[in-house]
Amino acid sequence: MSQSLRPYLTAVRYSLEAALTLSNFSSQEVERHNRPEVEVPNTSAELLLQPMHISRNENEQVLIEPSVNSVRMSLMVKQADEIEQILVHKFTRFLEQRAEAFYILRRVPIPGYSISFLITNKHTESMKTGKLVDFIIEFMEEVDKEISEIKLFLNARARFVAEAYLDEFVY
Amino acid sequence: MSFSKSKDKSVVAVYKLVKAPIYSHCFSQDRSVLAITCETDCLVYKVSGNKPPVLFATLKDHDKTITAVDISVHGRIVTCSQDRNAYVWEPLSNGTYKPTLVLLRINRAATSVTWAPSGYKFAVGSSARVIAVCYYEHENNWWVSKHIKKPIKSTVNCLSWHDNGVLLAAGGTDGFMRVFSGFIKGLDSKESVAGSPWGQKFPFGSSIKEWYNGAYIHDVKWRSQMERIAYVAHDGTLNVVNSQSAVQSVNAPEGLPYRSLVWINDHEIICGGYSCHPVLFSEASEGWKFAKNLDKADNGKSSALTGVGNNNELEGDGEENATFGISALRKFKELDLKGKVSTDVQESAHENAIVELRPFAGTDGQVTQVSSCGLDGKIVIYTI
Repeated sequence: MSQSLRPYLTAVRYSLEAALTLSNFSSQEVERHNRPEVEVPNTSAELLLQPMHISRNENEQVLIEPSVNSVRMSLMVKQADEIEQILVHKFTRFLEQRAEAFYILRRVPIPGYSISFLITNKHTESMKTGKLVDFIIEFMEEVDKEISEIKLFLNARARFVAEAYLDEFVY
Repeated sequence: MSFSKSKDKSVVAVYKLVKAPIYSHCFSQDRSVLAITCETDCLVYKVSGNKPPVLFATLKDHDKTITAVDISVHGRIVTCSQDRNAYVWEPLSNGTYKPTLVLLRINRAATSVTWAPSGYKFAVGSSARVIAVCYYEHENNWWVSKHIKKPIKSTVNCLSWHDNGVLLAAGGTDGFMRVFSGFIKGLDSKESVAGSPWGQKFPFGSSIKEWYNGAYIHDVKWRSQMERIAYVAHDGTLNVVNSQSAVQSVNAPEGLPYRSLVWINDHEIICGGYSCHPVLFSEASEGWKFAKNLDKADNGKSSALTGVGNNNELEGDGEENATFGISALRKFKELDLKGKVSTDVQESAHENAIVELRPFAGTDGQVTQVSSCGLDGKIVIYTI
């Protein structure tokens, strides 16, 4: 892990731990409803807390939007060139299509971000908060590695294909 | 019942009762009956000595999550729920309970309920931005309510009665902690509030004093003998106020907010919350300060950090084997490894946040044991 990644992840970890102090909160607007307040248009401003924006550089940022009973965390994955843009898009889409299996994954990311998580009080009640934070931090660590690995494979394969194809034209 | 592995001797008993979170629990006056909330049911247990509680009644008239439960001095159980209702459960001689619907007249969830010390009235806080003070009406044979509406702007999270049964402290998500009068004609006498430092007249529903904190107020408790109120807020503070509006504030050492508090004696308060273990605060000459942690997990934090360290090592030796098959194998091995928790990690008795603390044993002047319930479905009894 590079030196600048560690403080970034530490900042995300502590911000998440602070944000994941959720309670079971029934809606003030709609009768007999219990919904994630961060996801609905809200007329009671006090239920939404101050969003936290943690940025390592312009390509790697995290936005944590806490509320009384839910936290939305959006992650911008590093995309250095066009290939990485495509790869990140495909990769996050692959995950989002399987969002049920991930519990905390949001099906659609917030505009401007690659992937979003939505953690509600149901999740913090059925899972240990510490482990949830660990999972997200680990995901952040892994996803960069994963993308660069896929990119390497892609380049290697492209070279192989190109060589095999262009062999035809070599006399 | 199981005892915590921790060396700390503060945990007396741990009862893992249900799989769902317990939002509220209450022991009866003589500690023979324990009522807990479990999703849409209220479970009533018989407790005797050190044996684990035995379930003997399930109160299931609610159809949404029960948010709070309380037992009066007479043994009546009151439950309130997000389905906008509250029920008073009268114990019958054959061990069952007879429910009586309370006419709350609210149109949003009920969030908290607490009996007045006399046991003849109780207050229900709600998301409808009202507090309903309920009492029994003999001529109609039901529980009716009077509303406190006036300055409340948001959900009421917590309520606490003064020992005189008139003053009612309430806190909510609007960040205000307020003291109201819950004076009911015919139930309360003017003598009980004579000479009170909080004022001369206490007409029902009047807001007597308020404090602005800014963060959600999670719990509030009176210390009647000293005419003081303590409350915990979402900004991780414990605050103690008196009738002259002076606020003394102390921060949580771990930074995570508390959900509940209990006065141990005049100069000590125990708090519990998202750090999963109770914390004792005491008052010295220079004000309130942190005293000690009870049943704190030793290496909860360090285990997370070693997890990161291990990744580093794996990263290091992984660079050599670039071949695809082996890297896939390594990936699955890692997955297998990462799911594991080393067995020597000491955990506190509660594995998830503590939602409510209540005095368990001791006199009113000096509490010696407190009980807690948590999101992990456990009831834990701590000794101070």
